[in-house]
Amino acid sequence: MATNILMPALSPTMEEGTLAKWLVKEGDTVESGMIIAEIETDKATMEFEAVDEGTVGKILIAEGTEGVKVNEAIAVLLEEGEDASAAESAGAAPAPAETPAEAPAPAAAAPVAVSIPAEAEIPEGTSFKSMTVREALRDAMAEEMRRNDDVFLMGEEVAEYQGAYKISQGLLDEFGEKRVIDTPITEHGFTGLAVGAAFAGLNPIVEFMTFNFAMQAIDQIINSAAKTLYMSGGQMGCPIVFRGANGAAARVGAQHSQDYAAWYSSIPGLKVVQPYSAADAKGLLKSAIRDPNPVVFLENEILYGRSFDVPEIEDYTVPIGKAKIWREGTDVTIVSFGIGMQYALAAADAVAEMGISAEVIDLRTIRPMDTETVIKSVKKTNRCVTVEEGFPVCSIGSYISSVLMQQAFDYLDAPVITLAGKDVPMPYAANLEKLALVTNDEVIAAIRAVTYK
Amino acid sequence: MATSTRRKTPAKSKAAAKPNASKEELLHYYKEMLMIRRFEEKAGQLYGMGLIGGFCHLYIGQEAVVVGLEAVAKEGDQRVTSYRDHGHMLACGMDPKGVMAELTGREDGYSRGKGGSMHMFSKEKNFYGGHGIVGAQVPIGAGLAFANWYRGNDNVSFAYYGDGSANQGQVYETYNMATLWKLPCIFVIENNKYAMGTSTKRSTTTPDLYVRAEAFGIPAKKVDGMDVLAVKAAAEEAVAHCRAGKGPYVLEMDTYRYRGHSMSDPAKYRTREEVQKMRDEKDPINMVRDILLVGKHASEDDLKEIDKDIKAVINEAAAFAQESPEPAEAELWTDIVA
Repeated sequence: MATNILMPALSPTMEEGTLAKWLVKEGDTVESGMIIAEIETDKATMEFEAVDEGTVGKILIAEGTEGVKVNEAIAVLLEEGEDASAAESAGAAPAPAETPAEAPAPAAAAPVAVSIPAEAEIPEGTSFKSMTVREALRDAMAEEMRRNDDVFLMGEEVAEYQGAYKISQGLLDEFGEKRVIDTPITEHGFTGLAVGAAFAGLNPIVEFMTFNFAMQAIDQIINSAAKTLYMSGGQMGCPIVFRGANGAAARVGAQHSQDYAAWYSSIPGLKVVQPYSAADAKGLLKSAIRDPNPVVFLENEILYGRSFDVPEIEDYTVPIGKAKIWREGTDVTIVSFGIGMQYALAAADAVAEMGISAEVIDLRTIRPMDTETVIKSVKKTNRCVTVEEGFPVCSIGSYISSVLMQQAFDYLDAPVITLAGKDVPMPYAANLEKLALVTNDEVIAAIRAVTYK
Repeated sequence: MATSTRRKTPAKSKAAAKPNASKEELLHYYKEMLMIRRFEEKAGQLYGMGLIGGFCHLYIGQEAVVVGLEAVAKEGDQRVTSYRDHGHMLACGMDPKGVMAELTGREDGYSRGKGGSMHMFSKEKNFYGGHGIVGAQVPIGAGLAFANWYRGNDNVSFAYYGDGSANQGQVYETYNMATLWKLPCIFVIENNKYAMGTSTKRSTTTPDLYVRAEAFGIPAKKVDGMDVLAVKAAAEEAVAHCRAGKGPYVLEMDTYRYRGHSMSDPAKYRTREEVQKMRDEKDPINMVRDILLVGKHASEDDLKEIDKDIKAVINEAAAFAQESPEPAEAELWTDIVA
């Protein structure tokens, strides 16, 4: 049967073009792959190859014709044994490519709902042990490595050196060099390698000495780890944990002092955790290692040495995606996470003396965010202050503020104040560094402002 | 005036003079390579009709590379490649219908329409993509090899990348770790001479890319990537090395893509004569065809029959890919987290 050769689309956006030149004439034999014409678009002149074999029966569009629409018949191809008369009956041009259905109304810009397991209550009579965040993280990894042979740790100085911040102390001795792996200084490479291992079903923990260096590897974290489950239609997940020190340390300057919570939290496919206490560090890291998704686990160098009470419960886990109310109050809700909690809690103590009752919420997980707990609290207190150390533009606080405006507008008695680090690269000088970060005084002032006291 | 892509009279090519492959093997290569070519031609056609969107990178001309390498793969071996991935998927046994339906963005595509030409996967066939970021698949390939090493099996991973990727830093970060940890990874450089429109001559002073492996102590070879038998022979050596636990291996495949980088390619960076010369003198399918005919392993009619069968498979895939519905709107919100 004679077939029409159609004007091809040669780029995603091409709608029409110029048939610049025919390289065949009527009566010529063509084979698939043969260049038969040159088509000119707004971008360039391109060659057009034949797909089917046959004889050119009739050229329908002369060379030099401009504005030829995509999918318009430009020539008729005859099969072996057909004569030119068949060209006449080649029929009307086939139906044009389907036009996409009318775009559906945009859904609310809500992140994907995920089901969060309930947090088990700590049973009464449980004993607690004072432990640093550092020890809690180490214990979490050790417990999960004992539990599952597919869990391994890789990163710079994690093995023989026992961790640049001593988080992996003792792990090499217990698990050996196959499961505690010192890498060369090669973030981009070892992150991609770990992602590949996770695709193959292993459970890597990648330690970044600090998250500043993970910027070398951020393509692998976002484009490879976070998106593959979706791009594969659910076939291929990436059960991996990226962890390490994040945010400002002390006097290390601009390149080593940055909080990445907002960066990673804007990426669908990632979970982002930023614990404050040792108990949460332990429980959340264990959950992160078991999670079938890529989890970005943001630690803080200054918190590593702080001690907290950790429940002495076997296999203690904290669910990802659940905020914790540290302190109940009635007049204002302070929302924070990670090291921001130290300012939130100190300020809550300070304003209590002024007769202001502050409720303090530790998000613990930034993505998926437990906005329900925040909204519920704000409906009670009618005021909200957010506290974080990251940059102020497009911060976590900005997001919380937008959620409150959309979902608790009628309950707000004051604008939400979003406290963050200053909009400057981190300076080195001691006094300037202090100014660049959030201070207790700023949090106290914000609380007084929203409570009009 | 364009000339025919298929010579009617078999030429006495070098390979034809000393075929060291069985009839079955040769027929297998012929069918596999032809399947890829016909698939790609059809994909090009559907793209031209507006049925395939976005970017579409065709593998035409390079078929011998993946077919020769897949000839030595065994159950459990993994593969990962760049966005020029349709050939790799067909060669590892993925269903042309599912691949084509992904190209048209439909529900029955391998990624249920959510991946497209550059992002397709098959857990069943150990095909780990289809990667859209130039070079990023290389450490991932080494990571798949790491999993084999960790589990102590003798599987290997094939990490394919092009001459363009070869200038990405992460490739050498990966070489370093792969050899340090003796990972069973075969790095296959598909050197088709042009990274989009930039020839290797204009992007590096060391256009022989395999020599870079020497700096890491990784054995490496340059292979005629248009000759499926040469590819297979080199692949056998590489695979034996990797399976024996001796670490990675680099194979640089001297190959050529006939079509543009993607569908929109101005074709101004090389001459039409250069492309035609490759098609006439080095075509990987014609080479096997010649051996089959000269060695009387098959007649013209036998080959015509094969061609007909393959066309039928491809036409069926194309029809399937057009009939399959677009994904349900609810698919927008699925598979984001497990």
